[in-house]
Amino acid sequence: MTLKIKNPGLATSIQDLGRKGYFHLGIPLGGAMDRYALRAANMLVGNDEGAACLEAVFMGPEIEFTQTATVAVTGAQLPIKVDGEYQEPWSSFVVKAGQTLSFEFLQAGARLYIAVSGGITTPEALGSRSTYPIGSLGGVDGRAVQAGDELPTGGSEGPGAGRTVPDSLRRKPGTPARLRVLPGLYWHRLTDEAGAGFFEDEWKVAPEADRMGYRFKGGRPLEFVDREQPFGAGADPSNIVDGCYSYGSIQVPGGTEPIVLHRDAVSGGGYFTLGAVISADMDLIGQLQPHTAVKFEKVDMAQALEARKERKGMLARIREELG
Amino acid sequence: MAQILSPLPGTFYVKPSPDEAPYKAAGDAVAVGDTIGLIEVMKTFIEVKAEVAGTFSAYVAEDGSPVTAGQELAEVAV
Repeated sequence: MTLKIKNPGLATSIQDLGRKGYFHLGIPLGGAMDRYALRAANMLVGNDEGAACLEAVFMGPEIEFTQTATVAVTGAQLPIKVDGEYQEPWSSFVVKAGQTLSFEFLQAGARLYIAVSGGITTPEALGSRSTYPIGSLGGVDGRAVQAGDELPTGGSEGPGAGRTVPDSLRRKPGTPARLRVLPGLYWHRLTDEAGAGFFEDEWKVAPEADRMGYRFKGGRPLEFVDREQPFGAGADPSNIVDGCYSYGSIQVPGGTEPIVLHRDAVSGGGYFTLGAVISADMDLIGQLQPHTAVKFEKVDMAQALEARKERKGMLARIREELG
Repeated sequence: MAQILSPLPGTFYVKPSPDEAPYKAAGDAVAVGDTIGLIEVMKTFIEVKAEVAGTFSAYVAEDGSPVTAGQELAEVAV
């Protein structure tokens, strides 16, 4: 069974839950930007939750099926069609051999996840099928999918149509999107006013936001506490002696535009990070369109862990719903 | 009158580069596949192409403005 890509959309790539265990060597985590939506899509079609899916951003691809399969589309909201007939989002449906899956314009959110029963079975690289184009790892020859590609799948017919994730469990960002932040090791570099301003201001997603990092604009520039330039650090007040970056950490080069490091980000460098977006909210970033309004909200470790538990609980409820 | 819609969200530009003239001016002929503007997103510029032939009437979205998917960018008289 293969998926014939008739139109790839924009930077559509094969993603799973990511590439574990290589971040310390500079190999990014990789994997779906919205791992919640990827897991849900896989559950709907009866796959392992970490099976490889297609992640499409802002535009849907057009795909012809060579064999009948169960399919589900989660994440971003846009009309889904099989040979022109509309299908429900966050629900399983059947695509028969010879039929074509296609999409209309994006209505909300940013990234859609297309799960196919049996999963996409391109070769693994370093334990994952996730595509990391800059490092030419995973996916189809380490790149995004192109027209003419034929993607192999596990080939099972799956559980068929009629499985659905209830509305209350279809997680998406609010308006403005609220991203919870745990202040980090370098918080002391900011003046009190700058620290408060970061959380007071409304920011907007910059158009250059991508899988490496989500950049934000529109808030006041951050002022730094005066210091003596440490040996090995750059001259700009936002520079540090090179350090590690965590998933979700927020760097602000020059103090002007915060960048939240996401799945394909580097693992270290010479910019201070004021803190990190909590793991529970990283999925939401994957659903932000350019120019979307965002507020950062300060939380402590207890609240971050509570939010993580809540997200896990929602996934557990989907598991129960779908049996 | 046919509308040309943005296929994706981003920033809309009517010119190939800041120093050049807009892709189309009122009265210009439009063929299917002609580029009428650019959408910038994720450090990439995506060409917006006409899906109808006719005579260009006007840009509806402003140069450099944020647009959403499905938003009208320009009008073509067919």
